[in-house]
Amino acid sequence: MSIASTTQQICFLVLSATTVIGSLGVVLLPNIVYSAFLLGGVFLSVAGLYLLLNASFVAAAQILVYVGAVNVLILFAIMLVNKKETLAAIPGLLVRRLLSGAVCAGLFALLLRVAFTTPWALPGPTPVGEEATIRIGEHLFTDYLLPFELASVLLLMAMIGAIVLARRDVFSTDVITGEPADQGLIEKDRTPLLIETSANAPTLLTKP
Amino acid sequence: MLSTGLLGAAVAPPGLDLQSSFLDLAQAMGLTPGAARLLWLPLPMVLVLVGAVVGVLVSVWLERKISAAVQQRIGPEYAGALGVLQPLADGLKLVFKEDIIPARADGLLFSLGPVLVVVPVILSWLVVPFGQNLLISNVGVGIFLWIALSSIQPIGLLMSGYSSNNKYSLLGGLRAAAQSISYEIPLALAVLAVVMMSNSLSTVDIVAQQTGAGIFSWNIWRQPVGFVIFWICALAECERLPFDLPEAEEELVAGYQTEYSGMKFALFYLGSYINLVLSALLVSVLYLGGWGFPLPVEWITGWLGLSPDAPLVQVITGSIGIVSTIIKAYLLVFFAILLRWTTPRVRIDQLLDLGWKFLLPIALVNLLVTAGLKLAFPVAFGG
Repeated sequence: MSIASTTQQICFLVLSATTVIGSLGVVLLPNIVYSAFLLGGVFLSVAGLYLLLNASFVAAAQILVYVGAVNVLILFAIMLVNKKETLAAIPGLLVRRLLSGAVCAGLFALLLRVAFTTPWALPGPTPVGEEATIRIGEHLFTDYLLPFELASVLLLMAMIGAIVLARRDVFSTDVITGEPADQGLIEKDRTPLLIETSANAPTLLTKP
Repeated sequence: MLSTGLLGAAVAPPGLDLQSSFLDLAQAMGLTPGAARLLWLPLPMVLVLVGAVVGVLVSVWLERKISAAVQQRIGPEYAGALGVLQPLADGLKLVFKEDIIPARADGLLFSLGPVLVVVPVILSWLVVPFGQNLLISNVGVGIFLWIALSSIQPIGLLMSGYSSNNKYSLLGGLRAAAQSISYEIPLALAVLAVVMMSNSLSTVDIVAQQTGAGIFSWNIWRQPVGFVIFWICALAECERLPFDLPEAEEELVAGYQTEYSGMKFALFYLGSYINLVLSALLVSVLYLGGWGFPLPVEWITGWLGLSPDAPLVQVITGSIGIVSTIIKAYLLVFFAILLRWTTPRVRIDQLLDLGWKFLLPIALVNLLVTAGLKLAFPVAFGG
Protein backbone atom coordinates (compact mmCIF):
# COMPACT_ATOMS: atom_id res chain seq x y z
CA MET A 1 0.00 0.00 0.00
CA SER A 2 1.50 3.33 -1.03
CA ILE A 3 2.00 6.29 1.29
CA ALA A 4 -0.64 8.36 -0.52
CA SER A 5 -3.41 5.78 -0.18
CA THR A 6 -2.58 5.14 3.50
CA THR A 7 -2.75 8.86 4.18
CA GLN A 8 -6.03 9.01 2.33
CA GLN A 9 -7.50 6.16 4.38
CA ILE A 10 -6.38 7.69 7.70
CA CYS A 11 -7.81 11.06 6.65
CA PHE A 12 -11.09 9.44 5.65
CA LEU A 13 -11.43 7.62 8.97
CA VAL A 14 -10.60 10.69 11.04
CA LEU A 15 -12.93 12.94 9.03
CA SER A 16 -15.84 10.49 9.14
CA ALA A 17 -15.41 9.98 12.89
CA THR A 18 -15.34 13.75 13.42
CA THR A 19 -18.44 14.21 11.29
CA VAL A 20 -20.47 11.51 13.05
CA ILE A 21 -19.40 12.32 16.61
CA GLY A 22 -19.67 16.04 15.96
CA SER A 23 -23.20 15.79 14.57
CA LEU A 24 -24.26 13.65 17.53
CA GLY A 25 -22.84 16.36 19.77
CA VAL A 26 -24.75 19.06 17.87
CA VAL A 27 -28.02 17.28 18.55
CA LEU A 28 -27.43 15.90 22.03
CA LEU A 29 -25.52 18.60 23.91
CA PRO A 30 -27.69 20.74 26.19
CA ASN A 31 -25.49 23.84 25.78
CA ILE A 32 -26.58 25.54 22.56
CA VAL A 33 -23.28 27.42 22.15
CA TYR A 34 -21.34 24.15 22.14
CA SER A 35 -23.78 22.78 19.58
CA ALA A 36 -23.18 25.76 17.33
CA PHE A 37 -19.39 25.48 17.53
CA LEU A 38 -19.57 21.72 16.92
CA LEU A 39 -21.73 22.43 13.87
CA GLY A 40 -18.82 24.45 12.50
CA GLY A 41 -16.53 21.47 13.11
CA VAL A 42 -18.95 19.16 11.28
CA PHE A 43 -19.06 21.53 8.30
CA LEU A 44 -15.27 21.64 8.26
CA SER A 45 -14.91 17.86 8.28
CA VAL A 46 -17.48 17.55 5.49
CA ALA A 47 -15.31 20.00 3.53
CA GLY A 48 -12.38 17.71 4.26
CA LEU A 49 -14.33 14.77 2.81
CA TYR A 50 -14.99 16.78 -0.36
CA LEU A 51 -11.25 17.46 -0.54
CA LEU A 52 -10.57 13.73 -0.31
CA LEU A 53 -12.93 13.23 -3.25
CA ASN A 54 -10.78 15.68 -5.28
CA ALA A 55 -13.52 18.30 -5.28
CA SER A 56 -11.43 21.19 -4.01
CA PHE A 57 -13.72 23.92 -5.33
CA VAL A 58 -16.75 22.40 -3.59
CA ALA A 59 -14.69 22.05 -0.41
CA ALA A 60 -13.65 25.69 -0.46
CA ALA A 61 -17.23 26.77 -1.23
CA GLN A 62 -18.47 24.60 1.65
CA ILE A 63 -16.08 26.35 4.06
CA LEU A 64 -16.90 29.81 2.71
CA VAL A 65 -20.68 29.40 2.75
CA TYR A 66 -21.37 27.06 5.66
CA VAL A 67 -18.57 27.85 8.08
CA GLY A 68 -17.89 31.44 7.13
CA ALA A 69 -21.47 32.64 6.68
CA VAL A 70 -24.10 30.26 8.04
CA ASN A 71 -22.30 29.14 11.18
CA VAL A 72 -21.03 32.63 12.01
CA LEU A 73 -24.58 33.98 11.68
CA ILE A 74 -25.93 31.20 13.92
CA LEU A 75 -23.29 32.00 16.54
CA PHE A 76 -24.01 35.69 16.15
CA ALA A 77 -27.71 35.17 16.77
CA ILE A 78 -27.06 32.93 19.78
CA MET A 79 -24.67 35.39 21.36
CA LEU A 80 -26.87 38.43 20.75
CA VAL A 81 -29.81 36.86 22.57
CA ASN A 82 -27.79 34.80 25.01
CA LYS A 83 -29.91 34.95 28.15
CA LYS A 84 -29.26 32.45 30.87
CA GLU A 85 -32.77 31.35 31.73
CA THR A 86 -34.00 28.11 33.19
CA LEU A 87 -36.51 26.62 30.80
CA ALA A 88 -39.74 25.31 32.32
CA ALA A 89 -39.86 21.54 32.37
CA ILE A 90 -41.99 20.24 29.52
CA PRO A 91 -44.48 17.55 30.58
CA GLY A 92 -43.73 14.14 29.18
CA LEU A 93 -40.20 15.01 28.13
CA LEU A 94 -39.06 11.42 28.36
CA VAL A 95 -41.85 10.19 26.07
CA ARG A 96 -41.05 12.92 23.52
CA ARG A 97 -37.37 12.04 23.54
CA LEU A 98 -38.11 8.35 23.12
CA LEU A 99 -40.45 9.09 20.22
CA SER A 100 -37.98 11.32 18.41
CA GLY A 101 -35.24 8.77 19.04
CA ALA A 102 -37.44 6.07 17.49
CA VAL A 103 -38.12 8.25 14.43
CA CYS A 104 -34.39 8.91 14.01
CA ALA A 105 -33.56 5.20 14.38
CA GLY A 106 -36.18 4.35 11.74
CA LEU A 107 -34.77 6.93 9.34
CA PHE A 108 -31.29 5.58 9.98
CA ALA A 109 -32.43 2.02 9.23
CA LEU A 110 -34.10 3.21 6.01
CA LEU A 111 -30.95 5.02 4.87
CA LEU A 112 -28.81 1.98 5.71
CA ARG A 113 -31.07 -0.19 3.62
CA VAL A 114 -30.84 2.24 0.71
CA ALA A 115 -27.07 2.35 1.04
CA PHE A 116 -26.73 -1.42 1.02
CA THR A 117 -29.29 -2.26 -1.67
CA THR A 118 -28.31 0.39 -4.23
CA PRO A 119 -25.95 -1.11 -6.82
CA TRP A 120 -23.17 1.47 -6.57
CA ALA A 121 -20.88 1.63 -9.61
CA LEU A 122 -17.39 0.83 -8.37
CA PRO A 123 -15.03 2.50 -9.05
CA GLY A 124 -17.02 5.70 -9.48
CA PRO A 125 -16.56 8.25 -12.26
CA THR A 126 -13.03 9.59 -12.62
CA PRO A 127 -12.61 12.86 -10.70
CA VAL A 128 -12.12 15.92 -12.87
CA GLY A 129 -9.76 17.55 -10.35
CA GLU A 130 -8.74 21.10 -11.17
CA GLU A 131 -11.08 21.18 -14.17
CA ALA A 132 -14.02 21.15 -11.75
CA THR A 133 -14.25 24.94 -11.41
CA ILE A 134 -14.73 25.35 -15.16
CA ARG A 135 -17.21 22.46 -15.34
CA ILE A 136 -19.31 23.90 -12.49
CA GLY A 137 -19.37 27.28 -14.23
CA GLU A 138 -20.45 25.72 -17.52
CA HIS A 139 -23.25 23.75 -15.88
CA LEU A 140 -24.49 26.74 -13.88
CA PHE A 141 -24.89 28.77 -17.07
CA THR A 142 -26.30 26.07 -19.34
CA ASP A 143 -28.42 23.15 -18.12
CA TYR A 144 -28.69 24.29 -14.50
CA LEU A 145 -29.40 27.93 -15.33
CA LEU A 146 -33.05 27.85 -14.20
CA PRO A 147 -32.44 26.31 -10.73
CA PHE A 148 -29.51 28.71 -10.29
CA GLU A 149 -31.63 31.76 -11.08
CA LEU A 150 -34.54 30.48 -8.99
CA ALA A 151 -32.20 30.07 -6.03
CA SER A 152 -31.11 33.69 -6.43
CA VAL A 153 -34.76 34.81 -6.54
CA LEU A 154 -35.39 32.83 -3.36
CA LEU A 155 -32.43 34.52 -1.66
CA LEU A 156 -33.71 37.92 -2.82
CA MET A 157 -37.11 37.17 -1.31
CA ALA A 158 -35.51 36.16 1.97
CA MET A 159 -33.45 39.33 1.98
CA ILE A 160 -36.42 41.61 1.29
CA GLY A 161 -38.39 39.78 3.95
CA ALA A 162 -35.62 40.30 6.48
CA ILE A 163 -35.44 44.01 5.65
CA VAL A 164 -39.22 44.41 5.99
CA LEU A 165 -39.17 42.61 9.35
CA ALA A 166 -36.20 44.58 10.63
CA ARG A 167 -37.44 48.02 9.50
CA ARG A 168 -40.84 48.77 10.91
CA ASP A 169 -41.01 52.28 9.42
CA VAL A 170 -41.49 51.11 5.84
CA PHE A 171 -45.28 51.50 5.95
CA SER A 172 -46.43 55.12 5.94
CA THR A 173 -50.01 54.10 6.77
CA ASP A 174 -51.31 51.45 9.07
CA VAL A 175 -52.09 48.39 7.00
CA ILE A 176 -55.40 47.62 8.73
CA THR A 177 -56.92 50.98 9.68
CA GLY A 178 -55.37 53.18 7.01
CA GLU A 179 -54.26 55.79 9.55
CA PRO A 180 -50.86 57.42 9.19
CA ALA A 181 -48.42 55.26 11.04
CA ASP A 182 -45.07 55.82 12.63
CA GLN A 183 -42.73 53.73 14.62
CA GLY A 184 -44.29 54.74 17.93
CA LEU A 185 -47.80 53.86 16.74
CA ILE A 186 -46.73 50.46 15.51
CA GLU A 187 -44.92 49.80 18.78
CA LYS A 188 -48.06 50.78 20.74
CA ASP A 189 -49.66 47.38 20.82
CA ARG A 190 -46.62 45.67 22.13
CA THR A 191 -45.31 48.24 24.60
CA PRO A 192 -48.07 50.14 26.37
CA LEU A 193 -45.47 52.47 27.89
CA LEU A 194 -45.01 54.15 24.53
CA ILE A 195 -48.62 55.41 24.26
CA GLU A 196 -47.94 58.50 26.35
CA THR A 197 -44.95 59.66 24.35
CA SER A 198 -46.33 58.81 20.95
CA ALA A 199 -49.58 60.65 21.54
CA ASN A 200 -47.74 63.94 22.11
CA ALA A 201 -45.05 63.44 19.52
CA PRO A 202 -45.66 64.77 15.99
CA THR A 203 -46.59 62.03 13.58
CA LEU A 204 -43.61 60.86 11.57
CA LEU A 205 -44.48 60.21 7.98
CA THR A 206 -41.77 58.09 6.49
CA LYS A 207 -41.90 57.26 2.85
CA PRO A 208 -41.75 53.65 1.79
CA MET B 1 -5.12 11.24 -5.72
CA LEU B 2 -4.06 13.38 -2.80
CA SER B 3 -0.58 13.82 -4.13
CA THR B 4 -1.68 15.39 -7.40
CA GLY B 5 -3.03 18.37 -5.49
CA LEU B 6 -0.07 18.65 -3.15
CA LEU B 7 2.58 18.30 -5.79
CA GLY B 8 1.00 20.43 -8.51
CA ALA B 9 3.02 22.06 -11.28
CA ALA B 10 4.63 18.75 -12.20
CA VAL B 11 5.16 19.96 -15.75
CA ALA B 12 8.11 22.25 -15.16
CA PRO B 13 7.57 25.65 -16.73
CA PRO B 14 10.65 27.87 -17.08
CA GLY B 15 12.04 29.05 -13.78
CA LEU B 16 13.68 27.61 -10.74
CA ASP B 17 12.16 24.24 -9.77
CA LEU B 18 13.67 23.20 -6.48
CA GLN B 19 11.28 20.29 -6.06
CA SER B 20 12.31 18.38 -9.16
CA SER B 21 15.98 19.11 -8.48
CA PHE B 22 15.62 17.77 -4.93
CA LEU B 23 13.71 14.68 -6.07
CA ASP B 24 16.35 13.95 -8.73
CA LEU B 25 19.12 14.38 -6.18
CA ALA B 26 17.42 12.13 -3.61
CA GLN B 27 16.75 9.43 -6.19
CA ALA B 28 20.34 9.65 -7.35
CA MET B 29 21.32 8.91 -3.75
CA GLY B 30 19.34 5.69 -3.87
CA LEU B 31 15.94 6.59 -2.39
CA THR B 32 12.65 5.41 -3.85
CA PRO B 33 10.50 8.15 -5.45
CA GLY B 34 7.92 7.82 -2.65
CA ALA B 35 10.52 8.25 0.10
CA ALA B 36 12.10 11.19 -1.72
CA ARG B 37 8.72 12.85 -1.98
CA LEU B 38 8.06 12.22 1.72
CA LEU B 39 11.41 13.86 2.55
CA TRP B 40 10.59 16.83 0.34
CA LEU B 41 7.05 17.49 1.62
CA PRO B 42 7.86 19.06 5.02
CA LEU B 43 10.73 21.21 3.70
CA PRO B 44 8.73 23.99 1.95
CA MET B 45 6.16 23.98 4.76
CA VAL B 46 8.79 24.52 7.46
CA LEU B 47 10.54 27.10 5.30
CA VAL B 48 7.34 29.09 4.76
CA LEU B 49 6.41 28.83 8.46
CA VAL B 50 9.81 30.17 9.48
CA GLY B 51 9.53 32.84 6.79
CA ALA B 52 6.11 33.89 8.10
CA VAL B 53 7.35 34.17 11.69
CA VAL B 54 10.44 36.13 10.66
CA GLY B 55 8.16 38.35 8.58
CA VAL B 56 6.10 39.00 11.71
CA LEU B 57 9.21 39.91 13.73
CA VAL B 58 10.25 42.35 11.01
CA SER B 59 6.81 43.95 10.85
CA VAL B 60 6.60 44.29 14.64
CA TRP B 61 9.98 46.04 14.59
CA LEU B 62 8.82 48.24 11.70
CA GLU B 63 5.62 49.05 13.58
CA ARG B 64 7.56 50.15 16.65
CA LYS B 65 10.11 52.17 14.72
CA ILE B 66 7.63 53.84 12.36
CA SER B 67 5.19 54.66 15.15
CA ALA B 68 8.10 56.21 17.04
CA ALA B 69 9.09 58.23 13.98
CA VAL B 70 5.49 59.39 13.48
CA GLN B 71 5.30 60.52 17.10
CA GLN B 72 8.83 62.01 17.03
CA ARG B 73 10.23 59.47 19.48
CA ILE B 74 13.26 57.23 19.07
CA GLY B 75 11.58 53.89 19.72
CA PRO B 76 13.40 50.72 20.75
CA GLU B 77 17.16 51.12 20.45
CA TYR B 78 18.95 49.03 23.10
CA ALA B 79 18.00 45.47 22.09
CA GLY B 80 20.33 44.94 19.17
CA ALA B 81 21.34 47.53 16.58
CA LEU B 82 18.43 49.99 16.13
CA GLY B 83 16.38 47.72 18.39
CA VAL B 84 15.99 44.93 15.84
CA LEU B 85 15.92 42.32 18.61
CA GLN B 86 13.05 44.06 20.42
CA PRO B 87 10.29 41.85 18.87
CA LEU B 88 12.27 38.77 19.91
CA ALA B 89 12.48 40.14 23.45
CA ASP B 90 8.70 40.78 23.38
CA GLY B 91 8.12 37.21 22.28
CA LEU B 92 10.39 35.79 25.00
CA LYS B 93 8.58 37.85 27.60
CA LEU B 94 5.24 36.44 26.47
CA VAL B 95 6.61 32.86 26.61
CA PHE B 96 7.54 33.26 30.25
CA LYS B 97 4.32 34.94 31.34
CA GLU B 98 1.80 33.06 33.43
CA ASP B 99 -1.00 31.48 31.44
CA ILE B 100 -4.22 32.59 33.12
CA ILE B 101 -7.70 31.20 32.51
CA PRO B 102 -10.14 33.54 34.25
CA ALA B 103 -12.49 32.17 36.91
CA ARG B 104 -15.86 31.05 35.46
CA ALA B 105 -14.48 31.27 31.94
CA ASP B 106 -15.02 28.33 29.63
CA GLY B 107 -11.55 26.75 29.68
CA LEU B 108 -11.89 24.56 26.60
CA LEU B 109 -13.28 27.24 24.27
CA PHE B 110 -10.93 29.80 25.83
CA SER B 111 -7.91 27.74 24.77
CA LEU B 112 -9.34 26.73 21.40
CA GLY B 113 -10.18 30.31 20.31
CA PRO B 114 -6.64 31.58 19.61
CA VAL B 115 -5.77 28.34 17.79
CA LEU B 116 -8.76 28.74 15.47
CA VAL B 117 -7.64 32.31 14.77
CA VAL B 118 -4.04 31.45 13.88
CA VAL B 119 -4.31 28.12 12.02
CA PRO B 120 -6.36 29.36 8.99
CA VAL B 121 -4.04 32.33 8.57
CA ILE B 122 -0.95 30.11 8.50
CA LEU B 123 -2.70 27.62 6.18
CA SER B 124 -3.36 30.44 3.72
CA TRP B 125 0.41 30.76 3.12
CA LEU B 126 -0.03 27.59 1.08
CA VAL B 127 -0.95 29.61 -1.99
CA VAL B 128 1.47 32.56 -1.76
CA PRO B 129 3.91 32.30 -4.69
CA PHE B 130 7.44 33.69 -4.54
CA GLY B 131 8.33 32.43 -8.01
CA GLN B 132 7.05 30.23 -10.79
CA ASN B 133 7.61 27.09 -8.69
CA LEU B 134 8.45 28.69 -5.37
CA LEU B 135 5.26 28.01 -3.45
CA ILE B 136 4.08 25.14 -1.29
CA SER B 137 1.30 24.05 -3.58
CA ASN B 138 -0.09 25.43 -6.81
CA VAL B 139 -3.66 24.39 -6.01
CA GLY B 140 -6.24 25.07 -8.68
CA VAL B 141 -8.60 26.96 -6.39
CA GLY B 142 -5.68 29.13 -5.16
CA ILE B 143 -7.00 32.53 -4.20
CA PHE B 144 -10.48 31.13 -3.44
CA LEU B 145 -8.90 28.89 -0.82
CA TRP B 146 -7.54 31.98 0.90
CA ILE B 147 -10.98 33.66 0.89
CA ALA B 148 -12.56 30.49 2.30
CA LEU B 149 -9.92 30.01 4.99
CA SER B 150 -10.07 33.62 6.12
CA SER B 151 -13.78 33.16 6.77
CA ILE B 152 -13.02 30.63 9.54
CA GLN B 153 -11.25 33.26 11.61
CA PRO B 154 -14.36 35.05 12.97
CA ILE B 155 -15.47 31.78 14.57
CA GLY B 156 -12.29 31.74 16.62
CA LEU B 157 -12.83 35.37 17.56
CA LEU B 158 -16.45 34.73 18.58
CA MET B 159 -15.28 31.70 20.55
CA SER B 160 -12.67 33.60 22.51
CA GLY B 161 -15.01 36.53 23.01
CA TYR B 162 -17.77 34.30 24.34
CA SER B 163 -15.64 32.06 26.54
CA SER B 164 -13.80 34.89 28.32
CA ASN B 165 -16.88 35.65 30.43
CA ASN B 166 -16.28 39.37 30.00
CA LYS B 167 -18.60 41.91 28.40
CA TYR B 168 -15.79 43.70 26.57
CA SER B 169 -14.56 40.44 25.12
CA LEU B 170 -18.02 39.46 23.94
CA LEU B 171 -18.60 42.86 22.33
CA GLY B 172 -15.19 42.69 20.66
CA GLY B 173 -15.89 39.21 19.33
CA LEU B 174 -19.30 40.23 17.97
CA ARG B 175 -17.83 43.32 16.32
CA ALA B 176 -15.05 41.25 14.78
CA ALA B 177 -17.55 38.81 13.29
CA ALA B 178 -19.80 41.60 11.96
CA GLN B 179 -16.83 43.42 10.43
CA SER B 180 -15.41 40.28 8.90
CA ILE B 181 -18.72 39.28 7.29
CA SER B 182 -19.33 42.75 5.87
CA TYR B 183 -15.90 43.16 4.30
CA GLU B 184 -15.55 39.65 2.94
CA ILE B 185 -18.09 40.31 0.18
CA PRO B 186 -16.45 43.36 -1.48
CA LEU B 187 -13.09 41.62 -1.01
CA ALA B 188 -14.30 38.54 -2.85
CA LEU B 189 -15.85 40.68 -5.61
CA ALA B 190 -12.59 42.59 -6.09
CA VAL B 191 -10.70 39.29 -6.34
CA LEU B 192 -13.33 37.99 -8.77
CA ALA B 193 -12.62 40.85 -11.17
CA VAL B 194 -8.92 39.90 -11.21
CA VAL B 195 -9.78 36.22 -11.62
CA MET B 196 -12.01 37.09 -14.55
CA MET B 197 -9.08 38.78 -16.25
CA SER B 198 -6.63 35.92 -15.70
CA ASN B 199 -9.16 33.11 -16.39
CA SER B 200 -7.85 31.16 -13.39
CA LEU B 201 -8.09 31.04 -9.61
CA SER B 202 -4.50 29.88 -9.27
CA THR B 203 -2.15 32.50 -7.85
CA VAL B 204 0.63 31.42 -10.21
CA ASP B 205 -1.60 31.99 -13.24
CA ILE B 206 -2.70 35.36 -11.86
CA VAL B 207 0.93 36.49 -11.67
CA ALA B 208 1.82 34.90 -15.01
CA GLN B 209 -0.94 36.97 -16.64
CA GLN B 210 0.76 40.15 -15.32
CA THR B 211 4.18 39.44 -16.81
CA GLY B 212 5.16 40.49 -20.29
CA ALA B 213 5.68 44.24 -20.19
CA GLY B 214 7.09 44.61 -16.70
CA ILE B 215 5.51 47.32 -14.56
CA PHE B 216 3.03 48.31 -17.30
CA SER B 217 1.36 44.92 -17.35
CA TRP B 218 0.59 44.88 -13.63
CA ASN B 219 -3.05 44.63 -12.70
CA ILE B 220 -3.05 47.90 -10.76
CA TRP B 221 -3.34 49.86 -14.03
CA ARG B 222 -6.27 47.74 -15.22
CA GLN B 223 -7.95 47.39 -11.83
CA PRO B 224 -7.30 50.64 -9.93
CA VAL B 225 -10.73 50.59 -8.25
CA GLY B 226 -10.39 46.92 -7.38
CA PHE B 227 -6.98 47.62 -5.87
CA VAL B 228 -8.38 50.30 -3.55
CA ILE B 229 -11.37 48.13 -2.58
CA PHE B 230 -9.12 45.15 -1.89
CA TRP B 231 -6.70 47.18 0.19
CA ILE B 232 -9.47 48.74 2.32
CA CYS B 233 -11.08 45.34 2.86
CA ALA B 234 -7.75 43.71 3.65
CA LEU B 235 -7.10 46.35 6.30
CA ALA B 236 -10.56 45.70 7.73
CA GLU B 237 -10.00 41.94 7.73
CA CYS B 238 -6.69 42.42 9.57
CA GLU B 239 -8.43 44.71 12.07
CA ARG B 240 -5.90 47.46 11.51
CA LEU B 241 -6.68 51.06 12.27
CA PRO B 242 -8.80 52.82 10.92
CA PHE B 243 -10.86 49.62 11.22
CA ASP B 244 -9.63 48.21 14.55
CA LEU B 245 -13.04 48.43 16.24
CA PRO B 246 -13.00 44.87 17.62
CA GLU B 247 -10.06 45.79 19.83
CA ALA B 248 -10.64 49.52 20.20
CA GLU B 249 -8.75 50.18 23.40
CA GLU B 250 -10.64 53.32 24.42
CA GLU B 251 -14.01 51.56 24.24
CA LEU B 252 -13.41 47.86 24.77
CA VAL B 253 -10.10 47.59 26.72
CA ALA B 254 -8.68 45.16 24.15
CA GLY B 255 -11.79 43.53 22.69
CA TYR B 256 -11.79 39.76 22.46
CA GLN B 257 -8.20 39.50 23.74
CA THR B 258 -8.85 41.36 27.00
CA GLU B 259 -8.61 38.29 29.23
CA TYR B 260 -5.72 36.60 27.43
CA SER B 261 -2.15 36.50 28.65
CA GLY B 262 1.07 34.68 27.89
CA MET B 263 1.27 32.51 24.80
CA LYS B 264 -2.46 32.63 24.08
CA PHE B 265 -2.23 36.38 23.76
CA ALA B 266 0.93 35.90 21.71
CA LEU B 267 -1.04 33.69 19.31
CA PHE B 268 -3.52 36.52 18.68
CA TYR B 269 -0.66 38.95 18.23
CA LEU B 270 1.18 36.60 15.89
CA GLY B 271 -2.03 35.87 13.98
CA SER B 272 -2.81 39.53 13.37
CA TYR B 273 0.68 40.30 12.07
CA ILE B 274 0.90 37.13 9.95
CA ASN B 275 -2.44 38.17 8.49
CA LEU B 276 -1.13 41.66 7.74
CA VAL B 277 1.97 40.33 5.94
CA LEU B 278 -0.17 37.76 4.13
CA SER B 279 -2.62 40.43 2.95
CA ALA B 280 0.24 42.60 1.74
CA LEU B 281 1.74 39.63 -0.13
CA LEU B 282 -1.61 38.87 -1.74
CA VAL B 283 -2.09 42.50 -2.78
CA SER B 284 1.29 42.32 -4.46
CA VAL B 285 0.34 39.01 -6.10
CA LEU B 286 -3.05 40.22 -7.31
CA TYR B 287 -2.25 43.79 -8.33
CA LEU B 288 1.50 44.46 -8.29
CA GLY B 289 2.80 41.66 -10.48
CA GLY B 290 3.86 39.23 -7.74
CA TRP B 291 7.44 38.14 -8.28
CA GLY B 292 7.76 40.22 -11.47
CA PHE B 293 10.55 42.79 -11.57
CA PRO B 294 9.48 46.26 -12.92
CA LEU B 295 11.69 45.53 -15.94
CA PRO B 296 11.07 41.98 -17.22
CA VAL B 297 14.00 39.72 -16.28
CA GLU B 298 13.77 38.03 -19.69
CA TRP B 299 14.59 41.33 -21.40
CA ILE B 300 17.62 41.89 -19.16
CA THR B 301 18.99 38.40 -19.81
CA GLY B 302 18.33 38.95 -23.51
CA TRP B 303 20.32 42.22 -23.52
CA LEU B 304 23.16 40.55 -21.63
CA GLY B 305 23.08 37.65 -24.06
CA LEU B 306 22.50 35.03 -21.37
CA SER B 307 20.42 31.90 -21.73
CA PRO B 308 17.43 32.01 -19.33
CA ASP B 309 17.81 28.26 -18.71
CA ALA B 310 21.41 28.42 -17.41
CA PRO B 311 21.51 27.29 -13.73
CA LEU B 312 23.20 30.43 -12.40
CA VAL B 313 20.80 32.71 -14.30
CA GLN B 314 17.87 30.71 -12.92
CA VAL B 315 19.13 31.11 -9.36
CA ILE B 316 19.61 34.85 -9.85
CA THR B 317 16.20 35.40 -11.46
CA GLY B 318 14.60 33.29 -8.71
CA SER B 319 16.26 35.45 -6.05
CA ILE B 320 15.18 38.63 -7.83
CA GLY B 321 11.63 37.25 -7.83
CA ILE B 322 11.66 36.52 -4.09
CA VAL B 323 13.21 39.89 -3.26
CA SER B 324 10.77 41.86 -5.40
CA THR B 325 7.77 40.03 -3.89
CA ILE B 326 9.01 40.83 -0.41
CA ILE B 327 9.84 44.44 -1.24
CA LYS B 328 6.36 45.03 -2.69
CA ALA B 329 4.73 43.38 0.31
CA TYR B 330 6.74 45.38 2.83
CA LEU B 331 6.03 48.62 0.99
CA LEU B 332 2.35 47.85 1.59
CA VAL B 333 3.05 46.90 5.22
CA PHE B 334 4.76 50.28 5.58
CA PHE B 335 1.64 52.04 4.26
CA ALA B 336 -0.55 50.03 6.62
CA ILE B 337 1.62 51.01 9.60
CA LEU B 338 1.69 54.65 8.54
CA LEU B 339 -2.12 54.58 8.19
CA ARG B 340 -2.46 53.07 11.65
CA TRP B 341 -0.50 55.83 13.32
CA THR B 342 -1.94 58.76 11.37
CA THR B 343 -5.66 58.12 10.94
CA PRO B 344 -8.48 58.20 13.48
CA ARG B 345 -10.75 55.21 14.00
CA VAL B 346 -14.15 55.06 12.27
CA ARG B 347 -17.32 54.42 14.26
CA ILE B 348 -19.05 51.05 14.06
CA ASP B 349 -21.98 52.45 12.06
CA GLN B 350 -19.61 54.26 9.68
CA LEU B 351 -17.68 51.03 9.27
CA LEU B 352 -20.77 49.00 8.35
CA ASP B 353 -22.09 51.82 6.11
CA LEU B 354 -18.78 51.95 4.27
CA GLY B 355 -18.79 48.20 3.76
CA TRP B 356 -22.39 47.64 2.71
CA LYS B 357 -23.48 50.93 1.12
CA PHE B 358 -20.26 52.06 -0.54
CA LEU B 359 -17.73 49.28 -1.14
CA LEU B 360 -20.25 46.59 -2.09
CA PRO B 361 -21.98 48.58 -4.90
CA ILE B 362 -18.63 49.92 -6.15
CA ALA B 363 -17.20 46.39 -6.20
CA LEU B 364 -20.23 45.14 -8.15
CA VAL B 365 -19.89 47.98 -10.68
CA ASN B 366 -16.17 47.21 -10.94
CA LEU B 367 -16.94 43.58 -11.70
CA LEU B 368 -19.51 44.57 -14.32
CA VAL B 369 -17.16 47.09 -15.98
CA THR B 370 -14.36 44.50 -16.00
CA ALA B 371 -16.64 41.99 -17.69
CA GLY B 372 -17.65 44.60 -20.27
CA LEU B 373 -14.05 45.61 -20.93
CA LYS B 374 -13.03 41.98 -21.23
CA LEU B 375 -15.64 41.52 -23.96
CA ALA B 376 -14.73 44.80 -25.68
CA PHE B 377 -10.90 44.63 -25.46
CA PRO B 378 -9.96 40.96 -25.07
CA VAL B 379 -6.29 41.78 -25.78
CA ALA B 380 -5.81 44.04 -22.78
CA PHE B 381 -8.21 42.35 -20.38
CA GLY B 382 -7.41 38.69 -20.90
CA GLY B 383 -9.98 37.42 -23.40
